[in-house]
Amino acid sequence: MIYLKLIWAYLKIGLFGFGGGYAMLALIEREIVGPGWITEQMFTDIVAISQMTPGPIGINSATYIGFVAPGESSAALSSPLFGILGSIICTLVVVVPSFILTLYASHFITRHKESAIVKGVFSGLRPVVVGLIASAAMLLMNAANFGEAQSDVIASIAICLGAFCLVYFAKLHPIVVILIAGVAGYIIF
Amino acid sequence: MHNIFIQLFLTFLKIGAFTFGGGWAMISIIEKEIVDKHHWIEREEFLDLLAVAQSLPGILAVNISVAVGDRLKGTRGSICAALGTILPSFIIILAIAIFLTPDLIKNNEVLSKVFRGIRPAVVALIIAPVISAAKAAKLTWATAIIPLAVALLIWSKIPVVSSPILYIVLGGLGGYIWFTRKALKKQTTSGKEDKI
Repeated sequence: MIYLKLIWAYLKIGLFGFGGGYAMLALIEREIVGPGWITEQMFTDIVAISQMTPGPIGINSATYIGFVAPGESSAALSSPLFGILGSIICTLVVVVPSFILTLYASHFITRHKESAIVKGVFSGLRPVVVGLIASAAMLLMNAANFGEAQSDVIASIAICLGAFCLVYFAKLHPIVVILIAGVAGYIIF
Repeated sequence: MHNIFIQLFLTFLKIGAFTFGGGWAMISIIEKEIVDKHHWIEREEFLDLLAVAQSLPGILAVNISVAVGDRLKGTRGSICAALGTILPSFIIILAIAIFLTPDLIKNNEVLSKVFRGIRPAVVALIIAPVISAAKAAKLTWATAIIPLAVALLIWSKIPVVSSPILYIVLGGLGGYIWFTRKALKKQTTSGKEDKI
């Protein structure tokens, strides 16, 4: 039952999604691409689309994956209605842990904000979050995204390096970088 | 428009519809709307709520909208605020998903070329925050082993060992054992010294 599996996956993503959208990508990759509900390329495309549309990446990806996954899992569920149901479910489920924790656990954190326990736990989480984001980038450096043929791989690496310079050194907005990369892709490939 | 629930919903709807990138980009707009424009919450209290929202897992923008809604009007207020935050991206992405199907991207010559250019750039967009997060975490050569090992193990896709959840739990637990114990020990020893 694809919907139950999606609910379980998104509960985990919502409950363990520490460190912001990019760190969450490692979790989404593991829970959603891992079981083969969407392809690696689709996942990368969703990240790109999320960057170009308003709203948090966690919500955007839940809506998109919820729509696509039922149809990908079985031909019987290929009607858009099953997709819409999936995207409503995923979008709501990913915020359920946020709701419960903010309403019921926030009092605990407020009371212990300065405590050694909360500070200690977050000092331990910080380096892990760096690793999570790095793993998301590494997982996406694959043949699905960079191509198989040698000339494609070289062109893709060039685009990747160029995009990195534009976003990190030139401080261009991610939307602008994606647009430039799209034009470059159209010209090169 | 005088109903506070409708106002909460509309305010967060506006924030959800016009902020790109989520996270911190959204927080500064939320602060402007909630503290400066509507005067619903004092700045100091907003910063306290933000500290809590940041410590909890999940989507930061949703966490802070739930916290603000709850502070103003309890559970019903938090539902209004969160729905406002979620709804714009839900509707926009749903529309994109319906029209921009994976098959269309694959079969349309122009789109497939454009996305072949975009995919490597997405990787670059994720590498950039790795560096800024590493700087914020004040990593040294010794502690850099942790993210390096975590990234490699998740990337390896070896069953069990490659689960991100495992490292989130281990990181929190490790931080508790290493830092909390140290801090508590310091407290008790300095407490003893005070008595002497």
